[in-house]
Amino acid sequence: MNALLEVREVRKAFGGVKAVNGATFTVAPGSITGLIGPNGAGKTTTFDLISGRTACDGGTVQFDGKNVTGNPIHKLSCAGLVRTFQIPRAFQRMTAWENLLFSGTNHPGEGFWAGLISTGSSRRREKEVAAQADEVLTFLEIDHIANLSAGSLSGGQRKLLELGRALMRDPKLIMLDEPFAGVAPALTGKIAQKLVELREQGMTIVLVEHDLETVMRLVDHLVVMHMGAVLVAGDPSVVRTDERVLEAYLGGAHV
Amino acid sequence: MTGWLLFGAFVLTNALIYGILALGLNTQYGLAGQANFGFVALFAAGAFATTLAVLPPPDSPEYVGTYEIGFGLPWGAALLVAAATAGGVALLMGLVCLRLGGHYLAMVTFAMAQVFASFLANEEWITKGQFGISPVPQPLRDQVDEASTYIYLYLGLAAVVTLVAYILAERAGRSPFGRVLRGIREDEVAARTLGKAAGAFKLKAFVLGGVLAGLAGAVWVGSIGAVHVGQFIPVVTFNVWLAVLLGGVGNNRGVLLGALLLVLIRESTRFLEGVPFLADLAASNASFLPSLRYVIIGLALILVVRFAPQGVLPERLRKRVQPDLTADESAPVEPVQVKA
Repeated sequence: MNALLEVREVRKAFGGVKAVNGATFTVAPGSITGLIGPNGAGKTTTFDLISGRTACDGGTVQFDGKNVTGNPIHKLSCAGLVRTFQIPRAFQRMTAWENLLFSGTNHPGEGFWAGLISTGSSRRREKEVAAQADEVLTFLEIDHIANLSAGSLSGGQRKLLELGRALMRDPKLIMLDEPFAGVAPALTGKIAQKLVELREQGMTIVLVEHDLETVMRLVDHLVVMHMGAVLVAGDPSVVRTDERVLEAYLGGAHV
Repeated sequence: MTGWLLFGAFVLTNALIYGILALGLNTQYGLAGQANFGFVALFAAGAFATTLAVLPPPDSPEYVGTYEIGFGLPWGAALLVAAATAGGVALLMGLVCLRLGGHYLAMVTFAMAQVFASFLANEEWITKGQFGISPVPQPLRDQVDEASTYIYLYLGLAAVVTLVAYILAERAGRSPFGRVLRGIREDEVAARTLGKAAGAFKLKAFVLGGVLAGLAGAVWVGSIGAVHVGQFIPVVTFNVWLAVLLGGVGNNRGVLLGALLLVLIRESTRFLEGVPFLADLAASNASFLPSLRYVIIGLALILVVRFAPQGVLPERLRKRVQPDLTADESAPVEPVQVKA
């Protein structure tokens, strides 16, 4: 099967620091891929490079059969690649409900004139987007927070809201940057369960995570990064016993 | 008594002009989050565009004065010219500045307004520089004889333009277009991640704010029938900011109220010398009362920031419209917590 995402030799240096130094990996459609590695391994920078938030110094990113290297972030989002952030970026002074509606795709009412005079096609699309937002709220079981301002939500609820916003984009690939960081344990299990359900519906997910226990249980494929490059990639059960991984994580201590 | 009524009508007209300006700044800052500290430039662009549009051409029999350009257009057309010109200036300003954010945007827009002010002061073929242009024909002035009646009529005209500006700002803010702008205001990176081309949206909001400022400029020129570059100084920008902050950032009714409060505070402090105790103090110091007016305005701002930081009428959260009320009733009642 063709890979949905193909990252080839991407590089990024900040001054003398080579944050990402030739990372290469692929993501198969319908899988959950975990991107792990010790602090400073370049995981989030790799995310930024793939999602177009930061320009690559070199290398290519192929998404859905097209070369998308250097595409601006909003274009990638429209092509079906949506990411979330380590620290959730909710629209704080807007309700959770509006956060979801915001993310609707192809809304004619977002044009100035169509919005101003509220054309028929704008009102129709608004109804569809609202129905979709209802579905997302129900799926994520966060119906009760719809009318709260996003700024008043807990860390875990914000993570769920960000996931919900991503789902509103009808994405082909969701990239989650530490979806379990700062989330209460009870909610961690729920988020993990939702991700599994999404995969069952055919969604492709890439996630960066520190919580190895959760990652090991969740992912189909594991990519371990170290010093800006991919150290090992493969089945989680194989990767976890790999000597090089233990060395990277435990700082060279041989077990 | 009629003197007071006339004074009231004049003050209200001023409040409406500041109200339209506040609606414009609220579109740029309250809705889209773009802090424009050069807002007065857009007001000036509207005022001078109106002036040139309505002045009788130099070769016409109505020509008085020494100005060089006049198109003799009717006032309705002049409003459109003012809106288009100020919108155009806002577009240029936005193209140059809007890639900056926060304080940087505030500083550069402020500087651009200063550049624009120098331009107006020096391009005398447009503005007559320090001489100014007077008289400028006022709308419907020939319909009434009495100067006092005209003040009431003009208040009505200003109210109509304010209403149009309010409807424009409010409809834009409520539309999906406005929702995108509020998202960009809250977090531009997130907005882009969710597929919205933030730059184009911000530019549109900037232009809409400019269009509203242009309308305000037209109403201003019409109200006094004269225009002068010295009217468009940075303090006008700060006053509009005060109106927006007092009234409530992001709330169009709030900023209209803020403009009214601002003008009322400013005008009512004219009467401080009538207060016996203060009159005694002022007798020995001529600059006492004028300074006290600024103290009062400053105090009002401090009180608002302390006790109503979001303004008198804060922005309202936009909630989900309940799709089906019957569904709500059949929903299971929240279980009552019983102590173990």
